[in-house]
Amino acid sequence: MDSALLLQLTLNGLIVGALYGVVAMSFVLIYKASQVVNFAQGEFLLVGAWVCWWLLTDWQLPFWLGFLVTLAFMTAFGMILQVVVLRPLIGEPVISVIMATIGLGIFFQALMKWIFGVFAKPFPPIFHAEQVSVLGLQVQSVYLLSLGISLLIMLGFAWFFTLSKHGLAMRATAFDQQVAQSLGISVPRVFAMSWAISAMVSALAGVVVGVVNGVSSALSFYGIKVFPAVILGGLDSVVGAVLGGLIVGLLENWAQYLDANWLNWGNMYGVAPFYALILILLIKPYGLFGTKNIERV
Amino acid sequence: MATLTPAGDFRTSYRADMTIFPTRGSRLALWLGLALVAAAPLALGRYELGLLINIGIMGIAALGLNILVGFTGQISIGHAAFFGFGAFASAYAHEAWHIPVALCIPLAGIATALIGLVFGAPAARLKGLYLAIATLAAQFILEDFFARAQWFTGGVAGRITEPFALFGWVADREESFLYVVLAWIILMYLGAANLLRTRDGRALIAVRDHYLSAEMMGINLAYYRTLSFGIASFYAGIAGALYAHYLLFVSVEAFNILFSIQFLGMVIIGGLGSVMGSLMGAAFMVLLPEVVQAGADALAGGAIDRALKLGASISFLREMAVGAAIILFLIFEPDGLAHRWRLIKAYWKLYPFSH
Repeated sequence: MDSALLLQLTLNGLIVGALYGVVAMSFVLIYKASQVVNFAQGEFLLVGAWVCWWLLTDWQLPFWLGFLVTLAFMTAFGMILQVVVLRPLIGEPVISVIMATIGLGIFFQALMKWIFGVFAKPFPPIFHAEQVSVLGLQVQSVYLLSLGISLLIMLGFAWFFTLSKHGLAMRATAFDQQVAQSLGISVPRVFAMSWAISAMVSALAGVVVGVVNGVSSALSFYGIKVFPAVILGGLDSVVGAVLGGLIVGLLENWAQYLDANWLNWGNMYGVAPFYALILILLIKPYGLFGTKNIERV
Repeated sequence: MATLTPAGDFRTSYRADMTIFPTRGSRLALWLGLALVAAAPLALGRYELGLLINIGIMGIAALGLNILVGFTGQISIGHAAFFGFGAFASAYAHEAWHIPVALCIPLAGIATALIGLVFGAPAARLKGLYLAIATLAAQFILEDFFARAQWFTGGVAGRITEPFALFGWVADREESFLYVVLAWIILMYLGAANLLRTRDGRALIAVRDHYLSAEMMGINLAYYRTLSFGIASFYAGIAGALYAHYLLFVSVEAFNILFSIQFLGMVIIGGLGSVMGSLMGAAFMVLLPEVVQAGADALAGGAIDRALKLGASISFLREMAVGAAIILFLIFEPDGLAHRWRLIKAYWKLYPFSH
């Protein structure tokens, strides 16, 4: 037993889990508003991180400016994707929509590899202090920043959905599109907005991960880790998505600890969430916190 | 799915309604096509024959996926993993138990079908998106298994396989292996076309079209959903085994998620719920990279090539072409190549009066 390592891994799990939670939240946002399962969520992170990296290194912008430009770009990016690709597919079967987002995923992943190459590239240093000590543990300051940003985003989501006009319109649309429309809410605009916000928030997470680990195609794997998180949390629950993200983050790190100490199977870090996912789907087909669909004829 | 029979062309007997090749023209076209492929080694080089073999193998796997996605309405993002399992199973059965390769291929199909049934068990209760995610998990779990199970897959080094042999005839070259693939294609495509005329096949389609009505008509949903997973895995296993004995080497990394997505792309591009469409989609997916390569070659050395680094990043261009093809087909031709082909046929048949 190595309790310091366990503590460190738990902390890592919480930090990474918070990021998963943020990505899962933006995934759930799209699903709730427009009933589209976005398999290209990870590519949002990837595109956002690369754009920010490019602005910071090739254009030598200061971090805050590059960051803001990236967010603005990604907002437009999400909106354009929705209008150009997803809007013509409204009313098509689920399989078609899923396939369209998968197609988008491959396309942008390959495009990024083409433009920026396959090797991970580090961000220019942003902080002076590389590591700070918290409760006797050495923590990289970027990790703390990422935890802070994740919490901020979550608070922002909470405010957006409970108090702002657009957020309420979005929830109304998610609840019942026809009723929302009859109340004067423009459903196409809500769809486009949900994609825009989702892309922006994912890009934020992408930049944070990029600052910590460097930017590479591995970022898009976050989009796949989202699935265990949302299945754990239930597809239509924003709070559940955050919880699911945290659980997946912890699960990964604990599985790694277990593996390193006793099992020695290797690679449990990547696969453990998927085993959990299959198990949960076997027992509860709608996820842990998801609403069970009662179908009437 | 509209069958587009022209007005006034009625079937007057059950026999006529059940036939697979309804007109003399289609039967003739079939024999002609088979004869052309059988004669291909006389005219084509090894590279082109390799492409043909690839189309055949991918066509078998895509047909399996089409039975699952197009006919039963279930989705699977883990088809490549089952394909890979078939490849390793066949190679392993030959090496460990010295079973002749010709027998290993159907055995691999059966083994893969069993694995498919295991992962299909959750599928009995899931649909749409939850199923997509469950099969995604299956993909990663199987991929991880391939990397870990060294006794089965040879680990990082991969596994070397023996060529196909039957009664002393060894198919270790493109010219001879083409016939092995051709035989399997005929078998598998006839099997699928016949399956769809039976009670089981119609039950699958009923599950797709309206599963609640299907259940009320006495169709056991769980049974048919799991069955269709088993059938799809069987096809994937057979195709994987053929792939293993064609390349004579199976590597662990080959069966990744991108490969799975390519299978889905074949099904979408060919046409959901069309048997011949699966083959068309497979041909499209196999030939698409060749077209991209040819395009890059044509531009090689020019200013565009230098500015965009075309030659060095050809693999990314191929991936982009796959993604773009899937999206464009979904938006502009959602019924796939098979539907377009039917339209062309109807156009010629009905010319100049199109109604």
